[in-house]
Amino acid sequence: MTAFWEKYLTGWLRGLGTYGQLFKETLLSLFGFRMALRDLVGQIYFIGVKSQSVVLVTGAFTGMVLAAQAYYQFHQFKMDTATLALVGVSMCSELGPVLTSLMVAGRVGAAIAAELGTMRVTEQIDALRTLATHPVDYLVAPRFLATLLVLPLLTAEAIAIGIGAGYIVVVYLMKVDSAYLWYNMLRYTGFVDLSVGLMKSFVFGGIIASIACYKGMHCRNGAEGVGYATTAAVVYSSIAILISNFFLTLLFGRLFHTL
Amino acid sequence: MIEVHQLQKRFGRQTVLEDVSFSIPLGESLVIIGRSGCGKSVLLKHIIGLLQPDAGSVRIDGEEITTMDERNLIRVRSKFGMVFQGAALFDSLTVAENVAFAFRRNKTMSAKEIAHKVAEALEMVDLPGIETKKPSELSGGMRKRVGLARAIIYHPQIVLYDEPTTGLDPVVSDSIDKLIIRVTQHLKVTAIVVTHDMRSARRVGDRIVMLHDKKVYASGTPEDIFHSTDPVVRQFINGIADP
Repeated sequence: MTAFWEKYLTGWLRGLGTYGQLFKETLLSLFGFRMALRDLVGQIYFIGVKSQSVVLVTGAFTGMVLAAQAYYQFHQFKMDTATLALVGVSMCSELGPVLTSLMVAGRVGAAIAAELGTMRVTEQIDALRTLATHPVDYLVAPRFLATLLVLPLLTAEAIAIGIGAGYIVVVYLMKVDSAYLWYNMLRYTGFVDLSVGLMKSFVFGGIIASIACYKGMHCRNGAEGVGYATTAAVVYSSIAILISNFFLTLLFGRLFHTL
Repeated sequence: MIEVHQLQKRFGRQTVLEDVSFSIPLGESLVIIGRSGCGKSVLLKHIIGLLQPDAGSVRIDGEEITTMDERNLIRVRSKFGMVFQGAALFDSLTVAENVAFAFRRNKTMSAKEIAHKVAEALEMVDLPGIETKKPSELSGGMRKRVGLARAIIYHPQIVLYDEPTTGLDPVVSDSIDKLIIRVTQHLKVTAIVVTHDMRSARRVGDRIVMLHDKKVYASGTPEDIFHSTDPVVRQFINGIADP
């Protein structure tokens, strides 16, 4: 039993070390400007443009559900006009960044892990190395930077769509006065809420790309290994997003409350 | 000059290579033979620095590569071209983009010059006019030829071939052998060919090294190896299974 835990712990620590090394190489590649702009643009298109439908549907339906639920609760206390304020704060600081990141982890994280994993098991990554190309410069750095840049934009989009969809539900379905609704939303949703949401999504972008690239680049055992790497990339990045969200909420809460 | 000295490699508890030593002078064509799983491809990957040994050294033109980091290895690898067992073409790129991969990244040539070089390399492997095709549209033999075009377009000093004829019919295998001989003679490169195919080994090699039981078991000219009376060598050449 002890041997099992020893092996498990050693494997886990080795994995953490390899992940750290890949992260370090990625930063060196980015700050050394070794990445081709063409590769970055391709990844921005794949991660940003191709995720539009997922992000729009997630943002719109989250905003609508939140608005409907909030309305039913607030209506009991005659606070109908506070509904959109709750939608605004929730979408900006929590639901926007977290749900967008989870959806992107599912779509983009899985695609990155599967693509790099397939390249690994078919020796395409070795072929890159024999062509005097560092795999991190060509494969990892563009995906990492593109996810960092694109996720805050996708999050901002989901927040805007969520608030807009919530507004439509409350005004046209629940027949609440739009002027008060809008006034309260602007009064209680601050710039800080939006900034916190965008900063969180920036961190989540780093988590998704680094875990997906790590799982893909270190994939083994043929098709089974690619399947495992893809699943692991989505599961680990989703869990990491949820856990880090808690600590980021505490950190930003402390930072902005003491200002 | 490639010098391999007392190379050792283990994967977990399994020792694959143990005290493997040999050297390859410039311009020689060396064939590495041995039974499946004896470490031929592992040895080839050590020579180009794709794997790190547990002990021993690999020197390329006097430079020790086993202690180099990945960034320094890039410089050394520019002397190499490698043809992989499964061709390892990049699925998402066309044949032309595959063949001109490093040229396109280095941006040292114009698009016109690159196109000319690609056409020349594809002509050399007898596949003219397939620039716009994707790897998925090619047969196994064509993929290997494109892999060879990708390896030789930069005029490397050393070309490594990992089982270039495995899985191909005898006619295509013969054409690949002729291609290897033509490339080696035409470009005056050092060639290292890993193969199971004894006919191919005899034709393309100036010298044959046989790996057996984790070590270099036999080494000599094709004639020495094919006329050897050693039972292990004879068993491998004749393709006879253990009773």
